[in-house]
Parts: sequence; structure tokens; C-alpha cells
Amino acid sequence: MDWSKTLVKEEINFEADKKGRKLSYAAAIREALELAMTSDERVFIMGQGVDDPVGMFGITLDLHKKYGQERVFDTPLSENALTGVAIGAAVAGMRPVYMHNRPDFLLLAMDQIVNHAAKWSYMFGGSVRAPLVIWACVGRGWGGAAQHTQTLQGLFMHIPGLRLVMPTTPYDAKGLLITGIADNNPVIILEHRWLLRQSGYVPEGLYSIPFGCGVVRRQGKDITIVAISYMVVEALGAARELEKQGIDAEVIDPRTLRPLDEAIILESVKKTGRLVVADTGWKTGGVGAEITALVAEKGFEYLKAPVRRVTTLDIPTPASDVLEAKFYTGKADIIVSCSEIMEKKVTK
Amino acid sequence: MKSIKVTSPIVFSVCRGDIPKELLREFYRTMFWIQKVELKINELYHEDEMKTPVHLCLGQEAVAAGVCLNLNANDYVFTNHRGHGHYIAKGGNIKAMVAEFYNRETGCSRGRGGSMHLVDTAVGLLGSSSIVGGGIPLATGAALASVLRKDNRVSLAFFGDAAIEEGVIYESINFAMLKKLPVVYVCENNLYSVFSHLSKRQAQDDIYRRFIGLDIPIYRVDGNNVVAVYRAAKKAIAQARDGGGPSFIECRTYRLKDHHGTGSGVEVGYRSQEEVDEWVARCPVKNYERFLLEQRLLTAVEIKQFTDAVDREVEGVFNFAHASPLPREDEVLDYLYQ
Ligand SMILES: Cc1ncc(C[n+]2csc(CCOP(=O)(O)OP(=O)(O)O)c2C)c(N)n1
Ligand SMILES: [Mg+2]
Repeated sequence: MDWSKTLVKEEINFEADKKGRKLSYAAAIREALELAMTSDERVFIMGQGVDDPVGMFGITLDLHKKYGQERVFDTPLSENALTGVAIGAAVAGMRPVYMHNRPDFLLLAMDQIVNHAAKWSYMFGGSVRAPLVIWACVGRGWGGAAQHTQTLQGLFMHIPGLRLVMPTTPYDAKGLLITGIADNNPVIILEHRWLLRQSGYVPEGLYSIPFGCGVVRRQGKDITIVAISYMVVEALGAARELEKQGIDAEVIDPRTLRPLDEAIILESVKKTGRLVVADTGWKTGGVGAEITALVAEKGFEYLKAPVRRVTTLDIPTPASDVLEAKFYTGKADIIVSCSEIMEKKVTK
Repeated sequence: MKSIKVTSPIVFSVCRGDIPKELLREFYRTMFWIQKVELKINELYHEDEMKTPVHLCLGQEAVAAGVCLNLNANDYVFTNHRGHGHYIAKGGNIKAMVAEFYNRETGCSRGRGGSMHLVDTAVGLLGSSSIVGGGIPLATGAALASVLRKDNRVSLAFFGDAAIEEGVIYESINFAMLKKLPVVYVCENNLYSVFSHLSKRQAQDDIYRRFIGLDIPIYRVDGNNVVAVYRAAKKAIAQARDGGGPSFIECRTYRLKDHHGTGSGVEVGYRSQEEVDEWVARCPVKNYERFLLEQRLLTAVEIKQFTDAVDREVEGVFNFAHASPLPREDEVLDYLYQ
């Protein structure tokens, strides 16, 4: 099966208006790895197939040729032990980047991620630390079904001691990965396959983007849409439609979920008085629940209308494309939610 | 490899000069220190001032001493919930350990870890996990770091017989063999996991045989015999340091106290007084002390002088811990991130 066929055709360039070099999303991440490996010899890359001819969607392609098999190596599956290996190496002073083509496999490593990586600093009063990056790419479509498409950000966001990063643009993917490698804590980066073949403006050289610093992707005054990962694409599409119908939506991309840029969300809701959270994950106990609760707790007086969450259905991902279409939400659902709380009839 | 009968007498075999006399004496001192600290905890635990679940290693002193006395200060050790002995044998700061039992700010983990989470980076103790098997891949990863840096360190993982029931041990040994990592896996088979005997948990008794298919060099020793443990660990550690890859050591031993706390297990009823008595008779410290006296490696006077001095020091350690400040409430959020 050719997973690449599932990628979105339409090209989305958030920073298209910015002048400068354009890179594909995968090339941007690869460049981050290359720069990090060159500038810090503690950095190494491990993961299933990172040195194979495909090179993890092209992200790690041929890096082993440049940096050697010791620093870029294939791993046995053994996800739990290999996560522990990465943590152990990190605690002993290295900077591992452990790459997975699907977050679903991280579930086998939850013991090492949650019981160990997330605890190592606090549990020892700060005398040790585990600076590692765990990178995984969420799948979607082509009958990927229940065990190859899970969006587990809700689980990871729940865990104190982890950082959780979900980039949306090539520019951010590169900068946030560099930040992650440089960070002294365990960092989980969840990418999305449908973002992976996008291209956009990516400056050369090392640059990093601070964690906990969201961006306003589109300014608006009527309603705030906080969108996560690929949902930023859908939210921007929705905002363009809503504009035609006289609704001016602001789109916020938090970029990192832990730490979360609370201020940018609260500022925006203060201005608009309305909130929709659009997440690629499940609804119950998820990212949408957390962000809406945040606003209910700290920005209740700003709200002019009930909040809404646009998420997938609370079921395992079905394989059939008919059911899958029902399972996933997107632009149309965001439009409906926005119109509901604007109390304005709009056409999808 | 022939099974050792676990209740057989301990035979210390030392050929003239093959282990330096000073080291033979050091085995005793290290084991005695461990035993003394554990006995002190045992004595004071009822006061309920050490608010942490202590897992005493009385009866298992020889494993910690026999293994760790082969190590350099910068070698890495990852241990488990029953880690007091490993910490002491590796040279960890004992005041900081005991202060940790008292949940003090001066504790090795600043009162955030408790008895199951000991650390001392100055001597390569990079942390201990109370998730059974959890430290095994960490030690493997630290060994990988040593290989990448070519710094010639060796990593040690200490774990119990129940860790063999976790998949992570198999995953880790496979990877360590694949990469020829300088890591030594030390299994302290004390026959029990909490109240459950090995025979209720594993289909086959000889733990060491479990990894034959992975081609890892395997040793099985009487874990109550510090000389035997030392010899096996010495070979395994030398091989690791020389780039020869990992080894696995099964040490047959017994914990004389309950899984945690100060009971003997007989009260609860999961093991018999006879069984405990057999192992009391096999105490690694007492038996070795007898051997040293017989061999005139230490005199009764020297032993008395040493043990009196340790008694005084241990007293000081506990007083220090007790008098230390507690963590400050307003620092509860500290150390989550760095
Ligand atoms: C993964 C996991 N399962 C269960 C437990 C509960 N538990 C704590 S210690 C222990 C016994 C472990 O036995 P063993 O590994 O033989 O070490 P010992 O206590 O005998 O030294 C158990 C079952 C745990 N801490 N971690
Ligand atoms: Mg046991």
C-alpha cells in the first residue's frame, strides 16, 4: 500500500506570503536534524527504518551516510525498551531523537515515557534530567483504521513532565524540532501526515521557536478558533468561507500543547467573546476539553456564547471511507459550530 | 551449568593472593555498612518518621558489595525499589540517602523521591525505578551513551526475579547484544515477588537459562557468597569494558525481611519459619565474617573496632537526617522541568 497516496493534494502555504526560500515539510525537518547533528555531537537519531532507502518519509534520508551508522541507526521494534534506552542515554548526557512513523506504537512505550522520562527530573529533585525527543507522525486515510491513525495528544498533554509539540508549518516543524533537541526535558512531537508534503518558507540555519508561544494564523474579531495540527488547515478554510457570510474568525495555532500559550487564547477570546476548539483527536478528556475548560476558568466573563469542540467521533477510526468521512471532522463542521454560536444561519 | 542447592553451606574459595587482602576486607566493610543501615531502619521504622515504603535488602548484602566493588566511580548504576545496598556499595552519600528516607530537603532527591528513588550523580547513580524492570533499559541506554562517547564506562542494572517476567528485559538484552553494549544485568533472585514464590510465577526455575537463545554470556552464582559474586561480576565487567558486550548474572539469594517494612513474612503466612531460618544461617555477612576470622584476614579486635566505628557513624547519619529541614511547601512545583 502506498501511504503517500493519502496525502492531501492541495498545497497550503501558511507563510507563502513571506519572501524567501521554500522547502517541503519533510525537508525542513531533515534540515533541523542535520543542523542539530552538526552542531552538537551529543545528538543521535534512532528509530525503525531511519537508515532505510525511504528514510522516514524522507526526513532522515541518508543522514546515516553523513553522520555514520553509530549516530543514525535502525532499531529493533521493542518500543518500550528502546524508549528506555533513549532515556538512559539522555540521562547519561546524550540528546537522542527517537523517531516513529506512527504514534500508535508509542502506546507500547507508555511505561518508559510516563513512568520514567516524565518523572526523572522531579522524582530526583532536579539532580538528573532526560533531554530526549520522541517524534511520531499521525496517519490518516486509505483505510489506515483503528491502530494506525490515532491522535494521542490528549494522553500526552495529561502528563506533567512532558513537553508536547504539534507543529503545522514547515517553518515551525524545523524551528520547534530544534527547540526540542535543545530542551532539557522529554519532548514529544506529534506531526500529521497530511501536513507532511506541504511546503513553505523556511529560513536557512539554526533557529528555534520558543515553547509555549502560539501564533495568530488569521486575525478576526467575531469568533476564536483554536486549531490543533492539521485542523489549522481546516480552520483557515472555514474562516475564508465564514468571511463570505460576514463572520470574521480569528485562528489561533498554539503550536505547543504543553506548555500551552494560555495568554494568546485568553486575549483572543477577550476580543471575540466566542470559542471553538478544533482538534484532530477525540473529544472526551481531550485537548478540546482542556482548552475550553481553561477559558471557562480564566475567561468566563469574556464569553458571549457557549463554547464548541470540533473533534473526531469518540470511536476507533473505521477503515471504510464512508465511515471514515463521518469519523473525521473539518472545515464544514467548524463552519457549523461557528454559525451555531454566532446564532447566524450560514450555508456550508 | 549445574544448579546450586540454595540452602547449601557457603564455600568461599580464595586462592592465595588472587584477590588482594585489602579487597577481601573491603567486601566485609561494605556488607557490614549495608547491614548496619538496614538494621537501623528496621529499628526506627515503627516511629513512623520515615514516611516512605522501605524495601530492606537484609540477606542480600553480598550481591551489592560483590558487584559494585568492581566498579569505577564514574561507572553507571541503575537500581530498583530494593536499592539501599547498591547505593551504599557504589559509594553513594549515605547521609543524603537516609535524609531521603526522612523526606528531607537534604535528601539525595530533595524529599521528592523517597526510599525507592535514590540518586547520586557524583558516583554514577543516575536514578532508580520502582517500576519492576524499569531501570533495565535505562542502564542499557547509559551504556549506549558510553559507546557513542567512547568513554569506557560500564553500566549496571540491578533487578529482582520478577523483572524477568517483564518483556523489557528481553527487549533490552537483545538490543545490548546487537550493539555489544558495555552493560551487565544483575538479577537478584530472592525467590519472591511480594508474597508470591517464583514457582507461582514462572514456568521454569532456572532464570539464567531464559536468555541462552540471545547468546549473552551468563553466570549463575550463590548470591550470598560475596567472593563468588565478585568473581562473576569481575569477568562480566572486564568483558564489557573491553568491548566484549553485555553479560547476565543470576544471583541466588533471599530477603530476610518482608517485601517492604520490617516483618519476616512468617506472620503473614506466605513462607515458613524453617525457610527463613535456613537463610538466616546463610547470612552473607556473618558467614563471611567467620571466614575472614578463620583465614586471619581480620582479627576479632579489628572487627570490633570497625563495627563500633560504623555504629557511631550510622548514629550520626540518622541524627543528621532527622535534624534536616523538610522541603518548603512553596517549592512543590520546582524541578518538574529544567
Ligand atoms: C511493573 C510493576 N508491576 C508490579 C509492581 C508491584 N511490585 C513492586 S515490587 C514487586 C516485587 C518485585 O519482585 P522482584 O523483582 O523479585 O524484586 P524484590 O522485591 O524481590 O527485590 C512488585 C510486584 C511494580 N512496582 N511494577
Ligand atoms: Mg524477588
